[in-house]
Amino acid sequence: MAKVLVVTSGKGGVGKTTSTAALGAALAQTGKNVVVVDFDVGLRNLDLVMGAERRVVFDLINVVQGDAKLAQALIRDKRVETLSILPASQTRDKDALTPEGVARVIEELREKFDWVICDSPAGIERGAQLAMYHADQAVVVTNPEVSSVRDSDRIIGMLDSTTERAKKGEKIDKHLLLTRYDPARAARGEMLRTEDVLEILSIPLLGIIPESEEVLRASNLGMPVTLSNPTSAPSRAYFEAVRRLEGETLDVSVPTERKGLFDWLFKRSVA
Amino acid sequence: MSFLTSLFGRKTSAPIARDRLQILLAHERAGEGQSELIARLQEEILEVIKRHISVDQDKVQIKMDRGAGVSMLEIDIEVPETKPVARTA
Repeated sequence: MAKVLVVTSGKGGVGKTTSTAALGAALAQTGKNVVVVDFDVGLRNLDLVMGAERRVVFDLINVVQGDAKLAQALIRDKRVETLSILPASQTRDKDALTPEGVARVIEELREKFDWVICDSPAGIERGAQLAMYHADQAVVVTNPEVSSVRDSDRIIGMLDSTTERAKKGEKIDKHLLLTRYDPARAARGEMLRTEDVLEILSIPLLGIIPESEEVLRASNLGMPVTLSNPTSAPSRAYFEAVRRLEGETLDVSVPTERKGLFDWLFKRSVA
Repeated sequence: MSFLTSLFGRKTSAPIARDRLQILLAHERAGEGQSELIARLQEEILEVIKRHISVDQDKVQIKMDRGAGVSMLEIDIEVPETKPVARTA
């Protein structure tokens, strides 16, 4: 049974696209059939982060409007054969997405893949609502920073009220992914701690992605970080997050780059 | 106190962020759907008043303050010189 997962946040720039690429690749690297779908119509970037920008011919809008078949628009990743990407349109605007069209495409994707991962645009408008509407599960990407936490709270409210599952009275599994986390600064009281964010948002923790140079390097290269450097700290955090998505119970820790004593001191269990 | 702060450096900012968020979000969660309620109240209250006095829509202010123990609905209507609406017989 396929699972539809939305990666959302409300606020922009917190790491939705990076996390969509990394989670999607990590799941595919463990043998699952995965498609990542870019819902950010007009500002597509998932193709660029995944290194598929020169292979886009048809996009989500073309499929929604019936101008192309799904198989024509799907791009198979060249590094992981079980990973595909469905790009957004760069020239159209989000009004070109119709609820009926999106429903049809998601249904078709459910038949072909184990995981359908929807990369939501920022904001709480139509694009974000369509991205989350069919989700069975949600990953709420949050930075340990006040505006991001506030926006995440708002998005959690929307997940519980405006999605298809919510309307049917069913529950949608929500997971918190804390990104750009700096354990040293949190320990010094300069950054919200994981416990603070968890207490405020009260949804279960999927993982903590430490702030890392590897993330920018990966997007420079057009590779999900779990492919560009699978043993780096953020990659290990994403691999663990994916195991939790698959139902495993693991203690959450903040992986570090294993440089020396200082890093070792801060590699401690936090939840 | 200022001596201590200068000795040990600045007070940490993360606990302040946490407290601000907790207060703000408690307020925002309680307030979901509130703006809609206010709009309806304003409309209905104005309707009742209009039956008796003619008032300008802009001269009516409605505010809601939700506190921990007490909530207050504040209605401020600027009434023009009391001229009853002419009644049709």
